[in-house]
Amino acid sequence: MSAAVLGIELAYWQSTLIRVVAGLVAVLLLTGGVVYLYLFKFVSFMQSRLGPMEAGPYGSLQLLAEVGKWLQKEDIHTEDSDRLVFGLAPAVVLSSTFLMFVVIPAGPDLVIANLGTGVYYVLAVSALSVLGILMAGWASANKYALMGALRAGGQLIAYELPMVLAVLGVVIMAGSLNLQDIVAAQAGGEIFGFSGIGNPYVLTQFVAFAVFMIAVQAELTQTPFDMPIAESELVAGYQVEYSGIRFLVYFISEFATAVAFAAVASTLFLGGWALPTSWGLSAGVMNVVGPLVVATKAVLLVGVVFWVRFSFPRFREDQLQKLAWKVLIPIALANILVTAVFKVAF
Amino acid sequence: MTAVTDRQKLQYITARAADARVNVELETEGMTLNIGPQHPATHGTLRIVARLDGEQVIAAEPVAGYMHRGYEKIAEVRTYAQVTTLVNRIDWLGSFANEVPFILAAERLMEVEAPPRAMWIRTILFEMSRIANLILFLGDMGVQLGAITPVFFAFRDREYVLDQIERVTGGRFHPNFDRIGGVKDDLPKGWLEDTKAVMEKVRSFCDEIEDLLMGSEVFQQRTRGIGIIPPDVALQYGLSGANARASGIDWDLRRDNCIGLAYPEVDWKVWTHPDGDSFARFWVRLQEVREASRIIDQLADGVPSGPIMAKVPRIIKVPAGEAWISTENPLGEMGYYVVSQGDLTPFRLKIRSASFNNISITPWLLRGVYVPDIVTILASLYFILGDIDR
Amino acid sequence: MSDTPSSPRPKLPKPQLPGVLKGLGVTLRTAKETMFPDGLLRPPAPSRGAATVQYPHEKEEPAPRARGVITLVEDNCTACMLCARECPDWCIYIEAHKTLAPPRREGGKPRQVNALDRFDIDYSLCMYCGICVEVCPFEALFWSPEYEYSEPRIADLLHDKERLGEWFETVPDFEALEAGSEVKVKKVPR
Repeated sequence: MSAAVLGIELAYWQSTLIRVVAGLVAVLLLTGGVVYLYLFKFVSFMQSRLGPMEAGPYGSLQLLAEVGKWLQKEDIHTEDSDRLVFGLAPAVVLSSTFLMFVVIPAGPDLVIANLGTGVYYVLAVSALSVLGILMAGWASANKYALMGALRAGGQLIAYELPMVLAVLGVVIMAGSLNLQDIVAAQAGGEIFGFSGIGNPYVLTQFVAFAVFMIAVQAELTQTPFDMPIAESELVAGYQVEYSGIRFLVYFISEFATAVAFAAVASTLFLGGWALPTSWGLSAGVMNVVGPLVVATKAVLLVGVVFWVRFSFPRFREDQLQKLAWKVLIPIALANILVTAVFKVAF
Repeated sequence: MTAVTDRQKLQYITARAADARVNVELETEGMTLNIGPQHPATHGTLRIVARLDGEQVIAAEPVAGYMHRGYEKIAEVRTYAQVTTLVNRIDWLGSFANEVPFILAAERLMEVEAPPRAMWIRTILFEMSRIANLILFLGDMGVQLGAITPVFFAFRDREYVLDQIERVTGGRFHPNFDRIGGVKDDLPKGWLEDTKAVMEKVRSFCDEIEDLLMGSEVFQQRTRGIGIIPPDVALQYGLSGANARASGIDWDLRRDNCIGLAYPEVDWKVWTHPDGDSFARFWVRLQEVREASRIIDQLADGVPSGPIMAKVPRIIKVPAGEAWISTENPLGEMGYYVVSQGDLTPFRLKIRSASFNNISITPWLLRGVYVPDIVTILASLYFILGDIDR
Repeated sequence: MSDTPSSPRPKLPKPQLPGVLKGLGVTLRTAKETMFPDGLLRPPAPSRGAATVQYPHEKEEPAPRARGVITLVEDNCTACMLCARECPDWCIYIEAHKTLAPPRREGGKPRQVNALDRFDIDYSLCMYCGICVEVCPFEALFWSPEYEYSEPRIADLLHDKERLGEWFETVPDFEALEAGSEVKVKKVPR
């Protein structure tokens, strides 16, 4: 936050600290809310049941109860496991999630680090979780965990490509890799001269949006792409040897990553924190309203992810690789071609 | 990773699994995967010892017996009424169906025939147990494949059927309702009408499952062409029930060898499918649930009036003789071979349970399949451990 | 495809959505029916729309014939031991002694009857099969749909004579039967 927002001069380290803490709090609250809303309630309603109702009013404190439960569990590890790698793996996965939130803007001045290559940074850092998963699978000293981790590695790397290619279409349209510029381009754009709703890229880049959301589903290892986790021979794949707070870290990072990807998708395709400029809201108002706007859009997209998760059976590993390489990548490439042609022509 | 070599593991398995009759060659490659007795993919305590080469199965052998309860032996020291209550627990999902062939065999030995009203009530409950059993299969196949929502719908709609069974018999899961000579009680007032309403719900559940699970392209990709059983192989291994009908074998004991049940009075159809893959087995069972609901609708309309018990003595001593009766149970062909020597208890009771023969095909079927397909195939063969192990 | 069902469903030509979208529609529709059982215009009421019965705040009514617990009418019992003999688990324990009851008419001989000392049913063994209730010739045992008698200690699941008698108030009357039945509906001796 610049001096304009708070009205006082802050040293660099102070403003960074405030941004980081505020970001962490916002992320954790949002993740908790998403977990309650979708994992406990929405899925229950889809299955004609009620979900947790006893812990707190309508089960709202269930997540707190779960966190408490996981915290007090024994921290066990297998005898042959590599202790250092075993302990670091959850940290790697969680840090890759939190690093994603660094560039996601929540308002005209509310971004922890406004990188010029924001898009590139986000996609690169989200791929770090693959490293964490492979570390977990190897360090567990468990054949089945290793198999699960290798499958996860193959799947996540395969689905990075459609994600990147889908995002390229948006970058071509906005002309910049900076996330704030992309948001501004969407807010200030017009569709055939009508500027009432700005120009959210989901309208023109709907193909890229679909490809991106499918790739996100696979990156989160959610059904129908959850071979690594809910495996046939194993219940939790690479996470199987983890217990207690380490498992909690995986749990939180799964949902925080979902929120992160949804926030990225809403920034790239739905206009992020911005409401259309034609509505004439000042930057000061947007600094307050912006976080709510982007949170709402992200939560809606996470809802779509979970809706799909609980409705479909899962693909086999070779089937999902086929989907990535033979279907999604050609479609994304075609989308880039068409976007580039249209951008030059019009 | 670990310091134990493959060879040492093989020796351990050979020594411990001698009773499993696993043929283990001393291979230096490949991994032995124990889809052990505790596993979410097996319907209970079944153990599949699979030798893998990467992702493919080289050989697999099922090891059953973890749930053996000694039914055939215990039946030798229990009276016929007590055996009836025990055999409820063989196939516990469609439990009324277990009593029927046993009672029919005893009735044959006593040369007693149940009155028509009892026969119709028996048939209605028999079909209801089929519906209860197969509804669970439809949901469970989804769970094994990763779709966690259909199983909740299955349990929800199965409750209506179980409530109806409870209203007649007193027990949701273990009715203990069939008696030599008829049935225990008559139907309570309003039951037939409520049953027809429940059948409507069952049919709407089938439509929901068709939209949610069967029509899904993901499901079709996971099940079409997986685990194909040719009809001659099916007959060689003694497959029965929907497993055989899904391979195109047009054989249904309700039509072809109907004893003591009211199927000839009803207009119904046998469903077969030519493919023989996992999708066919799912599809055939879905159609069977629909057909069973239609059968019950017709039966409910025409229940004859009359007594529900034939004249049988108070203390039942079945005359000496042997009788074999098999019926089309939800899981397949279930039969009882009752040998009596004129006592209060059977002298020997041999139970031919469908699932035991159904899983005998797994070594043949699981060669060369991928590991995720093991789960698909086992789910589509649909066995219940109580039925395998008795 | 060879799997065309010959069921009496109408074959109307309708535009085919891809199966995955239909699946999404089913889950969304179920979510909507659970959240808004009265339709979208009324406030949400998931507690009513869901299939869940929130035990112990809400309870379901079991069927009248539901086999919940067995009750004993001690006056009718003659300690004939049929129930104890027929029980597959041998969970009924009966002890009785012979005693003299007053004569039925003035000046008659005293009658010899069995008086119950002990009649216990061990519900930790009971299979709830109902054979004992069925074979009792003297209408001393009845089924009751009561099911809430779980105990922290297994030993407390042995219900003695007094406790078995207490369940009698919960025994419902026998229901009327469907049309066409020739069975006489029995009466519970109250």
